[in-house]
Amino acid sequence: MIFVQNLTKMLYQPWPWYVSGPLIAIIMALLILMGKKFGMSSNLETFCSIGGAGKFSDYFKIDIKSKRWNLLVVLGSVIGGFLGAQWLSPNPAVDISEQTVTKLQDLGFESAGAAYLPTELFSMESLTDPKVWVILLVAGFLVGFGTRYAGGCTSGHAISGLSNLQRPSLIAVIGFFIGGLIMVHLLFPLIFAS
Amino acid sequence: MKSLAYIIIGTFLGVVLYKSEAASWFRIYEMFQFDSFHMYGIIGSALAVGVVLVQWIKKSKVKSFSGENISIPHKEKTFARYILGGTLFGLGWALAGACPGPIYILVGAGYWPIVIVLFGAVLGAFVYGVLSGKLPH
Repeated sequence: MIFVQNLTKMLYQPWPWYVSGPLIAIIMALLILMGKKFGMSSNLETFCSIGGAGKFSDYFKIDIKSKRWNLLVVLGSVIGGFLGAQWLSPNPAVDISEQTVTKLQDLGFESAGAAYLPTELFSMESLTDPKVWVILLVAGFLVGFGTRYAGGCTSGHAISGLSNLQRPSLIAVIGFFIGGLIMVHLLFPLIFAS
Repeated sequence: MKSLAYIIIGTFLGVVLYKSEAASWFRIYEMFQFDSFHMYGIIGSALAVGVVLVQWIKKSKVKSFSGENISIPHKEKTFARYILGGTLFGLGWALAGACPGPIYILVGAGYWPIVIVLFGAVLGAFVYGVLSGKLPH
């Protein structure tokens, strides 16, 4: 009984990395065993095709039906996000390290350590600042353009590709880190300097 | 029936990524600052288990649930697209604090400004598709 109580309690707290990581690998394996693959970014192209992008480029002339399964995974992940946020997280604050909190406060992120996402970028009030719109739009554009150019994102390259010991995926992941480190260390001080 | 299975797998993925905080902007920033082991632990342990599972699937020649042969396609062996696309993706990943999976998850979690990121990502995928013939791969 005590075991069950502890387990329930743990469910509502942030899940440790050594539980989450293996679960992600199991999700990947399940998709492979269903004859598919674990890759979230190709859905972005499917959205383009659904929206009629085939009129602009043959690149988007694909059989949308063959991508339906992955759109269902997306639908599920939206539901999962809802469940995780509404039912499983009484305290959404992310317990990031103290050094990180200090660095973010210096950049003007007062919500560091007190929220799941920075309210400076992801609250409705933040949208009154046009600069936030530009930041979110540019960030999304880089994610979408970059992941399709690289042929995969964190799921397709860092998890699936590296699990299959693919050298191209290693190159892509090195690229992810080059870009991420440039953004956080060189560009953040310019973008967020208050 | 199969449709339901995909939705359930997606739901499970959404809960795992939300609860592990891999969908948190703060965790991504912390990772690129090397201030915590958390994200490296998630990716590292996913890989450790993932390598074993993929090798098992390949070596055992296990069939898919519907009885078909499983083939895991190799990535084409070039360089430019991976390093250039990867770097652009990394810039966006750090700024948005979310990669494609978490973008969908955060829509469900109700952080509405993420819809702007999603719109940008679809736009980015569109522009890539239009330009793809002209870019070095």
